[in-house]
Amino acid sequence: MSAAPLLEARALALQVGERWLCCEFSLQLLPGQCLVLLGPNGAGKTTLLHTLAGLREPTVGSVLLGGLPYAGWSPAAAARFRGLLAQQQPDHFSSTVLETVLVGRHPHLGRWGWEGPEDERIAREALERVGLGAMATRDVLTLSGGERQRVAVAALLAQAPQLLLLDEPTNHLDLHYQIAILDLIRGLAAAGRGVVMVLHDINLAARYADQVILLDGRGGVCAGSREEVLQAGLLGEAFGHPLRRFDVDGRTTFIPE
Amino acid sequence: MSGLPRALTGGVLHAGRRRAWLVIGGLLALGALAQVWALSAGELAISAAEVVAALFGGEQGMAAEVVRQLRLPRAVAVFVCGGMLAMAGALMQVLLRNPLADPYVLGISGGAAVGALGAMLLGLAPLVVDAAAFAGALGAMLLVFSLAHGDGSWTQTRLLLTGVIVAAGCGAVVKLMLAIAPDTRVHSMLFWLMGDASGARNPWPALGVMAFGLAVALPFARDLNMLARGELAARALGVAVGRLRYLLYVLASLLTAVSVTLIGSVGFVGLVVPHLVRFAIGNDQRLLLPASMLAGGALLTFADTAARTVVSPMQLPVGVLTALIGVPVFLFLLARHPR
Repeated sequence: MSAAPLLEARALALQVGERWLCCEFSLQLLPGQCLVLLGPNGAGKTTLLHTLAGLREPTVGSVLLGGLPYAGWSPAAAARFRGLLAQQQPDHFSSTVLETVLVGRHPHLGRWGWEGPEDERIAREALERVGLGAMATRDVLTLSGGERQRVAVAALLAQAPQLLLLDEPTNHLDLHYQIAILDLIRGLAAAGRGVVMVLHDINLAARYADQVILLDGRGGVCAGSREEVLQAGLLGEAFGHPLRRFDVDGRTTFIPE
Repeated sequence: MSGLPRALTGGVLHAGRRRAWLVIGGLLALGALAQVWALSAGELAISAAEVVAALFGGEQGMAAEVVRQLRLPRAVAVFVCGGMLAMAGALMQVLLRNPLADPYVLGISGGAAVGALGAMLLGLAPLVVDAAAFAGALGAMLLVFSLAHGDGSWTQTRLLLTGVIVAAGCGAVVKLMLAIAPDTRVHSMLFWLMGDASGARNPWPALGVMAFGLAVALPFARDLNMLARGELAARALGVAVGRLRYLLYVLASLLTAVSVTLIGSVGFVGLVVPHLVRFAIGNDQRLLLPASMLAGGALLTFADTAARTVVSPMQLPVGVLTALIGVPVFLFLLARHPR
C-alpha cells in the first residue's frame, strides 16, 4: 500500500443542483505532500473536500483512498486512515476539552471499548501541541472561537490519520496561531502524512502548498504545482480582482491592485 | 502525585468514570427505595419488612395480596414508564441535537391522545383505549417520519418542524373531542391527558421493552456521543449516521409509544431527567442512558406514590406531580451549575 498515493481523484467532476462546480480533473497526493484548495466563496471548495473525504459521491469520476475506492473501506477503517477538520464545530451540549479531543480516538476503539490511559495520553499530547495543555477540564461551550478551533485541530491530531483533510484550519485564529497551526500541519506532512486543506488566504497558500487546486466558481479548475497555479493572472481571474505578485526574501505574496 | 505511576493516580477520565458509576449505584438504590415506598404507602400502611416478605417470602394474607396484586403492577408500571421516557428523551435530544427535545416533541403523545380519547369518547373498554393509544402513537410516528423523510433527505430541522406541526394538529383534534364529549367522560379524558397510572395493570411487557431498548442502544452509545457533536463530524469519524438515525427514531418512538399507552402522556420526565443526569455525570451516552433510565424510573415512582397518597383518598394525576417536583429541582440545579 505504501507505493499507492494516499489520495487519488480520477476524472473528477462535481455538480450541485444544475451547477457544475468543477469540470473533470485528476489529482494524486503522495505522502509528504500538502495540497491547498483555493477559490472564491461558493466555488465549491468544501464540497470538493467532502467528496475527497468520501462523505459525498462524485458526480463523475472516482476517488481512491490509499489505492482503494471508499466503497472498499469500512467506515471505521477509513476514519483511521483519513481525518476531517470540519469548517464549523457545532456544540449543543456541555463537554470538557479533553472529552472533545478524545472524540478523535473513536475509530480506534471497538464497539464496547472505552477510552483508556493511552488514549488520554494521546489526547493530552495533542492538546499540548496546540498550546491548550492547561485547558483540559474547561467546558468547550465557554471557549472562544479560536480556542475551539485549536481543540478541533487537537482532536484531529488525536485521530492520527495518514491523510488530513482540513476545511479552513485558520478559521477564527489570530495571526500567530494561524502560522503556528499551519506550521504544525506542514510538519505532519514533512513527517510523511498527506494534507489537503481549504484556505481562503492566497498568501498562506503560497507559503504552505506543494500543489494547488484553484476553483474559479464557474466550473473551471486549475490544478498543478504551486508555481504553475499561483500566478497573478490566474488568481485575479478566479477571484475577480486583479492581483500583483511580489517576491520578498524568498516569500511570494500577492497584493490586490 | 507526580512520583506515583500513572495507573495509580489515574487520569481525569478515570475519576470522572468512577463518579459516574457511583451515581449509577446511587440511582439504583434510589430506585429500590422508591419501589419499597410505593409498595408500602397507601390506605393500608404496610411496613417495608412486610413488603419484602410479600415479594420474596411467598407470604399470604391481605397485606401481601395488596402488595402483589394492587401495588406492584402500578409501581413497576410507573418505574418502567419513567425509565422509558427519560431514555427516549435522551435519545431524541441526540437525534435532533437539541437540548429542548423531549419524547413527545415529534407528536407521538399527540397521536396516542387522539387514539385514546377517541376510544374514550365512544365509551369503549379500557383495553381498547390502550390499543387505540398505541395505534395512534405509531400512526403519528409513521406520519411524521414519512412527511419528514419525503425525498430521502431528512434534516433534523425538517423532522422537528414536521413533528411539532403534527403534534399541534393532534392537539386541536383532542380539544375538539373534549369540547364535544359528554360531561361524564371529560374527567377521565383529562386525567389521561395529564398522565394517570391508576389503570396500569400489566407492566411486564413494558419492562421487557425497556430492557430491550437499553440493550439495543448501549452498543451504539459511543456512536451517539459522536452524533451529538454533529452529523458531519460523526460521519468523518466512521459512524454510519443514516442507519443510526433510523435506529434512534424507531427506538425512541417505541419507548414513548409503550409508555404513553400504559400511563398516558406524563410530561416533564423525558425532558428534564436527561438534563438532571447530565449535570451530575456529563453527556457520555454510555453512562447517561442507563443513569437516565434509573433516575426517570425513580422520579416517576416517587411522584406517583405521592400523587395517590398526599391528598388520599383523592388521586392526583402523576404528570402534575412530576412537574411540581421537577421544576424547582431543575431550576435549582440550573442556577447552581456554572455557565
